[in-house]
This record gives sequence, C-alpha cells and structure tokens, in this order.
Amino acid sequence: MTSSLINPAYIFFLGALLIPLFRGSLRKVYLLTIPLLALGMCINLSHGTYEGLNLFGYDSAILRIDRLSFIFGLIFHIAAFINTLYGLHEKDNLQHVSGWIYAGSAIGAVFSGDLISLFIFWEFTAISSVFLIWASRTERAFKAGMRYLIIQVTSGVLLLGGAVLYSKNHGGDFTFEHIGIDTFAGKIIFVAFGIKCAFPFLHSWLQDAYPEATPVGTVMLSAFTTKLAVYSLARGYAGTDILIPIGAAMTAFPIFYAVIENDLRRVLAYSLNNQLGFMVVGIGIGTELALNGTAAHAFAHILYKALLFMSMGAVMYRVGHCNGSDLGGLYKKMPWTTAFCCIGAASISAFPLFSGFVSKSMILTAAAEEHHLFTWLILLFASAGVFHHSGIKIPYFAFFGHDRNIEAKEAPFNMLAAMFITAALCIGVGIFYGPLYQLLPFTADYHPYTSGHVLAQMQLLMFSALAFTVLTRTGIYPPELRSINLDSDWLYRKPGKYIAQKTHALILSAAAGSMSLINESSKTFTAILEMGIGPLSRYARTQSTSSMTFWATLLLGLFMIFYYL
Amino acid sequence: MNKDEQKDWIYRPNTIKWIIRLLVISCIGLAVADLFVHKHSHFPFEDWFSFYAVYGFVGCVGLVLAAKGLRVLLMRKEDYYDE
Repeated sequence: MTSSLINPAYIFFLGALLIPLFRGSLRKVYLLTIPLLALGMCINLSHGTYEGLNLFGYDSAILRIDRLSFIFGLIFHIAAFINTLYGLHEKDNLQHVSGWIYAGSAIGAVFSGDLISLFIFWEFTAISSVFLIWASRTERAFKAGMRYLIIQVTSGVLLLGGAVLYSKNHGGDFTFEHIGIDTFAGKIIFVAFGIKCAFPFLHSWLQDAYPEATPVGTVMLSAFTTKLAVYSLARGYAGTDILIPIGAAMTAFPIFYAVIENDLRRVLAYSLNNQLGFMVVGIGIGTELALNGTAAHAFAHILYKALLFMSMGAVMYRVGHCNGSDLGGLYKKMPWTTAFCCIGAASISAFPLFSGFVSKSMILTAAAEEHHLFTWLILLFASAGVFHHSGIKIPYFAFFGHDRNIEAKEAPFNMLAAMFITAALCIGVGIFYGPLYQLLPFTADYHPYTSGHVLAQMQLLMFSALAFTVLTRTGIYPPELRSINLDSDWLYRKPGKYIAQKTHALILSAAAGSMSLINESSKTFTAILEMGIGPLSRYARTQSTSSMTFWATLLLGLFMIFYYL
Repeated sequence: MNKDEQKDWIYRPNTIKWIIRLLVISCIGLAVADLFVHKHSHFPFEDWFSFYAVYGFVGCVGLVLAAKGLRVLLMRKEDYYDE
C-alpha cells in the first residue's frame, strides 16, 4: 500500500448532490461533463492497492485497481455516461441524482479491496436504485420497489454478517480475496452475492422490479447491480464447482418464460437473467479462458443489454407501454430506434461481427475444454434460445409483426445519440476485439473468428430463425397475450402474503386477547385491593375517640404484662 | 392498385415470400458448407453433418412447444396480484 486514492465513486456522489443547482442547458452540459470527467480519470488509474478514504470512522478501507476490477470499473463508467445521455431530456432530478449515486456506488464497490467498504457500497446500490423504480410514481412501481428493496437489503445484511464472521476466522482481516464456500462465513457471503446475481429461486426481484422502473431507470438498473455481483463472485468464488450447474440453470429456465412473456421489458429482464448464467458458468469453471470469458461477456453484455433496454425504453416513452400484444409496425415511425434495436438483438444473439460473438464463445470453449458436456449442451441450447426471444421476438413484435398503425414519433435526439454510441460500441467490440481482450484479467490467447466457429454459430442461429419462421407461419407459435406468468415471486406474493396476513391477524387478536385479559385481571385485582384498603374498607372508616382510647389502653396494658413477664 | 400494394412493402406477401426464400437458401448453404469447413471439435458429435443446425432447429422448436405448454400452468390474468 503506497499512497492514498479517493474512490472514483465520490465524483459521482458529489456530482449528484450538485445536480439540483443547475438549470436549463447548463444543466445538460453539467450532466454530460461529470461522467466524462470520471471516465477520463478512470482510464488514467494506475493499477495497485491504495489506502481509501476514512469513512464513517472506518479507517482501513482499501482501494484495489487490478485487471479484474478495472474492466468492470471501466464499463461501469461508460455505462454511466451513456445512461446519462439517454436520460438527458428527463426533467425529473430524482432520477438523475439517484442514478448517479447508484452508478457511483457500483463503481465504488468494484474498486473496494475490503469487505466492509464493499458492504457499504453494496447497500448504497440497493438504496439509491430503488428510487429509479419509485420514480415511475405508480402504485405498482411502489410495491415492486418495496419488494426489491427488502430483498436487496437482505443481501447486504447477509454480506455484513458473513464478512464479520469471515474476518473473525482470519484474525480480523477484512481483505476481499478468494473466499470459497468451505466455511460457514463463505457460504453466507455466497448467498448474499447469489441474491444480487439472481441465482435461480433468488432471481424474481429482477423480473419483478426492473420492468416497473422508468424508461431511463430500467436502462440504469440493467447495467450495475447484477454485474457487480458477477464481479464479486469472480473475485471471491472463482473455480467453485457449484456455480457451473447454477449458471447453467440460469441460462436455461428464463428463456422459457421469455417466450411467453408479453411485457417486452420483462422479456429483456428474463434474457438478462439468462446472460448472467453464462457469466456464472464461466466463474464456476474458473480457468483463465473462462474468467476472461466472464469479464468480456459482462463488458459486452452491459452494452447490448443497455441498447435493447434503451430501444424498448424509447417505445415506452413514445407509446406509453411495452406490451407485445399491443405493439407492431413501429419501424415506420421509429426507424432509427428499430435499427439500433436490431443491432442490440444481433449482439445478444452473438452473430459474428457483433459483440456477443467474441465474448460468449470464450465461455463455451472453456466449458468444452474442461469436458463439461452437459453444461456445454445447455449453453448451446440457451444460445439458440436467446436468439429466439431477444434476437427475433423483441424487434419482431415491437417494430414489425402486426401493423397496428400506432401513433408515435421517433425517439428524442439524446436517446438516439445514446443508442448510436452504444450500437457503435457493440459492432466495434465485435470487429475490433483486440483492445477488449487486452483489458481481460488474464493474457488472452483466443481467436474467435475461425471458420469452423463462425459456421457453427451461423448454423445455430439461422436454423433457429428457420424454426421461428416455421412456427409462426404454421400458427404454432404462441401469440402474445395480455397476461402475466407465475414465477418464484409467487411464493411471497400469494401464499407468503396470505401467511403474513394471517399471522398478522393472529398476532393482533392475540394482542387484543391478552390486553383484555390484563384489563380484566387488573380490574379484579383493583377490586380486591379496594375491598381491603379502598375508601369503603375497614381501614378507611372514621373511628370514634373512645374506641381509639380503648385500644391504646389495651395495647399499653398488654405491653406492661409482657414487660414484667 | 390492388390491395396488396397498398400495404407497406414489408407486409406484402411477395416480400415475405422472398424473405423466407432467402432464409431457406442461406440455411441450405450453411448446411452444405458443413462438408467443406474444418471444425476444432471438442466432442465427437460436433463432427456429425450439420450438428449445430439440427441442434438449433430442434432446440428452438422444443423450447417454443415447452413454453407453450407452460402457459397452461403459469399464465394468469394481468391483475392477478392486484386482487
């Protein structure tokens, strides 16, 4: 530890607090300057470990800039800039302020070298991001935000508890290095990370809350929380075998939901979950190639996911909803948005020359090299499935499909500019992958564009498209219906709610019962007391002087008798 | 001007026919190319003729049919949680 460094997070924190001071076009300039300034400073960070800022009286904060944290920190800075540009038209300061605090917290967390700083930023991401959901200002969004907040804070509490136990086992050392699931503390922290990473059965907050946020908010949300969890898992649990089946399950089950889901932003939330699965498998395999794949995929994924959410956000902004059942034919009204959406779709589907191709293939190759046959088959199936629901379904139902002659305008200029930059990066990374590979945690010796690989991927994708065509032409493909689908959040939204309400009623009636019991018994007790010493009792009666004299004489007499005895 | 020509070009049956033709031709092309391209296989079945093509097609049809079946079990009205 040589020198001290202020965590780049504080640029965003301070910047966010000053936003309300600016008005008009000066505000726009300010909104764009701060993220760019932060990005410039991030690029110039030199690798190493530094003393962090003394925060809340905790004086052993460590800042760590190494290859793993840098690539995540860098893409978080890029995402913060793009998201701010996308939301530039937004007059609601709540979204800008909470968005920056959120982005800053995520950046602060990946640069944290100790578990306590990680915990603090971890909780900050939860508390700041919920305002992006509440900013929708609807009853639905409020409730979804509440559920989201409870789950996110639970993750933080587990992290803190685990961290304290962990440091106890390590002589008071809070340094965040490889943790592993062998110890109890390791298991607790694993679950804390797992909640934020949307492991199966811990995932439903994602599909529940993200689509309820504002158009700008969802784009913000899609970038940070889950990728922070991916980073944390890669740091603490690389090579943990159990992550392989967990990740494989994550790639597979959300795509079934994505096929039948009607809200297109929720479809994207499911496919976000599916993409996280690839990264989790990479962490579980834990080889250099696999971890490189995870880092590269996180980088590429943040961009194309943001692009897809931006295009759906633009539809949401112009049309007011995002339901596949009521959209279609928008390509005429929103040609640029359509084009950008298609680029995002091609990138997530991992078409050659697009970003997903150069990142996801590393994870698949790593799985094959380590002979994880079953996992590899699932990942391949999930790759085909991604193309199906994100690559085809999203653009098809929103912009083509049935022409419904919806009244809409093209997205505002700042939204288009943000989408343009992101789309350019998606293609840029896909073609000129060299700079990205240089940023990866390990020296990369990987060549994505071999003829065999390109052909295999093109076969997989084009025959998936053929399947979609056959199924829609024959009418087998399930139509978009106004509906919702049950997921694991059902457990706490229906039976859980029922049990909670019943328990609440039971406690209330028990409380009422015991209160009346206490009332009754205290009444009886007072009555007994009153009988004994109350105003009507023997002691309260007025006595005549003669009887008092009689008793006093008697007592004195008795005393004298006893004295002489 | 007949009825079809009033539609946007992308919705005209002729356009759709051509898009499908193009798709089928490229699928055939990709399947045939399988014979001439060397693959760096990790598993023996990767060398089967057009393994990825068959896997992609069968996988997607299976995915959609399974998801359609899941609707019976999982689908609820939009206001299900609001009740």
